[in-house]
Amino acid sequence: MNIVVLVKQVPDTWAERKLNADDKRLDRASVDVVMNEIDEYAVEEALKIKEAGGGEVTILTMGPERAVETIRKALSMGADKAVHLVDDALAGSDAVQTSYALAKVLETLEYDLLISGSEATDSRMAIMGALLAERTGKPQLTGARKVTVDGGSVRIERQTDNGYDVVEAPTPAIVSVVEKINEPRYPSFKGIMAAKSKPLTTLTVADAGIEAAQVGLAAAPSQVVEFANKPPRQAGQVVKDEGDGGMKVAEFLASQKIV
Amino acid sequence: MAEILVLVDHVEGTPKKVSYELLTLARTLGEPSAVVLGKGASAAAEKVAAYGAEKVYVSEAEELSQFLVAPYATVLAQLVQEKNPAAVLLPSNVTGKEVGARLAVKIGSGLVTDAVGVTPEFVAEQPIFGGAVTVQSKVQTGTPIITVRPNSTAATEQAGAGTVEQVTATFSDADKAAKVVESVVEAKGGRPDLGEASIVVSGGRGMGNAENFSIVEKLADTLGAAVGASRAATDAGWYPHQNQVGQTGRTVSPQLYIAVGISGAIQHRAGMQTSKTIVAINKDPEAPIFELADFGLVGDLFNVVPQLTEEIQKRKG
Ligand SMILES: Cc1cc2nc3c(=O)[nH]c(=O)nc-3n(C[C@H](O)[C@H](O)[C@H](O)COP(=O)(O)OP(=O)(O)OC[C@H]3O[C@@H](n4cnc5c(N)ncnc54)[C@H](O)[C@@H]3O)c2cc1C
Repeated sequence: MNIVVLVKQVPDTWAERKLNADDKRLDRASVDVVMNEIDEYAVEEALKIKEAGGGEVTILTMGPERAVETIRKALSMGADKAVHLVDDALAGSDAVQTSYALAKVLETLEYDLLISGSEATDSRMAIMGALLAERTGKPQLTGARKVTVDGGSVRIERQTDNGYDVVEAPTPAIVSVVEKINEPRYPSFKGIMAAKSKPLTTLTVADAGIEAAQVGLAAAPSQVVEFANKPPRQAGQVVKDEGDGGMKVAEFLASQKIV
Repeated sequence: MAEILVLVDHVEGTPKKVSYELLTLARTLGEPSAVVLGKGASAAAEKVAAYGAEKVYVSEAEELSQFLVAPYATVLAQLVQEKNPAAVLLPSNVTGKEVGARLAVKIGSGLVTDAVGVTPEFVAEQPIFGGAVTVQSKVQTGTPIITVRPNSTAATEQAGAGTVEQVTATFSDADKAAKVVESVVEAKGGRPDLGEASIVVSGGRGMGNAENFSIVEKLADTLGAAVGASRAATDAGWYPHQNQVGQTGRTVSPQLYIAVGISGAIQHRAGMQTSKTIVAINKDPEAPIFELADFGLVGDLFNVVPQLTEEIQKRKG
């Protein structure tokens, strides 16, 4: 079973994240970056499926040159090869445009499963799986907390607000996973060494047959028109428990007319 | 006035609170038309009319319940084509966002998710980075598709005509590819949905074990609240993952959020920082959760919480 795993490089959530004043885009240059955490679970799931049934795991990333660090991490976990879509023309693309660009690259790859994390910690839109399913016409199996592959079909447990749905589809399919699904492995020393010589293909917009006029900030179907940094929430009253702590909280709630 | 399509989130014809909120918001933007799809949809018509729906588009096609997400987008795309609305509003939950995404591709429109407000010019306000930054976003291409978070608008009743129109859609093979074989309910019934609740009580690592979560459950039940948990608690298996609040869990924005035995890590804050009022109970006076709490109580939760529950019961008589 050949699997493509989508990974994204994002600002570390421990770092302070800012928007640039001029183009109102995420300031990616000044922050520490990491692999989007949930994508590690996607890589792990792909590796597990490969280990059980064979095949190849290809990492696909769209992002600036620096995103190659994230690709290396995925390769050092055990993925076989990678494709990096990198072009200045892509900068500022929104999710809908990104799905167009990724779908173009996917046309050139052969896969039975596409696996991604359910959402990225920077945009938090949680829609890339749905967008790609719509673009490719392949079945959408998103929000999986469990994935079972059986011959030409995949079955997932899709997490819902009050439980889960069992959803089934023939391959090739578009899968996204939530963090509950597994425990991602750490790259071993051997893995890190091996990653250095694994095949990495770099594609420009032209290489992938992406129309440059369809991508990038100027053509974005949704745009930020304005933004403001919110003053941090102010700390209120802090009271020490003197045996009547519960009563104190109740009094506060009553003063706010909540109870 | 132009139509505003509102996708109604409902369970067998009973709309969720967020649907009424969206209809209330839609009234400030144009003429609300409710779109009610799936099993039991017809039963919702009168209820959505009470919140201003002039038209109610209904489809109970079996495909809507049998296959994941895609058929919803197909019906909405057809309605956009036929009715030429000024905008489409959807609830900003997992499915609402995915339906919006597929619809955006189908009709070649832009999409804004997680809005907490929408102006008559269709500029959407979104809190990002856990509420640290507020952005105003606008759809520049096609019919604006905007998903709106629960608890962003207070729902108010206002009678609409509620004229029901049946929608007949044709579904493609691609729409029928991901089959829902079974739906399993795991959550204990009786409590409000975490995303919609006006009060949320969450427990963290300080709870110590799964059994002790009954302490927060009791407090939640006296307040009519939903129960949340930190990732430390869900990772330990003390509480279901779907109740996790935070960056990789649910985002909640209730009137009142009570954090019990939760330190207030940035990833937890990302899911609750926009709550109206925050109360924290923690034995460590240095816990970062106190930096954003409107009221902080430094003390042992095993003493404070049961006393609080009892006191509220007393006050409620
Ligand atoms: C990419 C990423 C995503 C993440 N996503 C999330 C997320 O979605 N949600 C989330 O919550 N976390 C998330 N985390 C984890 C987060 O960083 C914290 O580890 C987690 O929130 C800690 O949970 P906690 O506050 O319950 O535990 P701790 O940080 O261990 O805090 C426990 C608190 O309980 C207090 N306490 C202990 N005993 C008592 C007592 N008897 N009475 C009163 N107080 C007591 C302690 O003083 C302490 O402050 C994420 C982390 C990463 C890296």
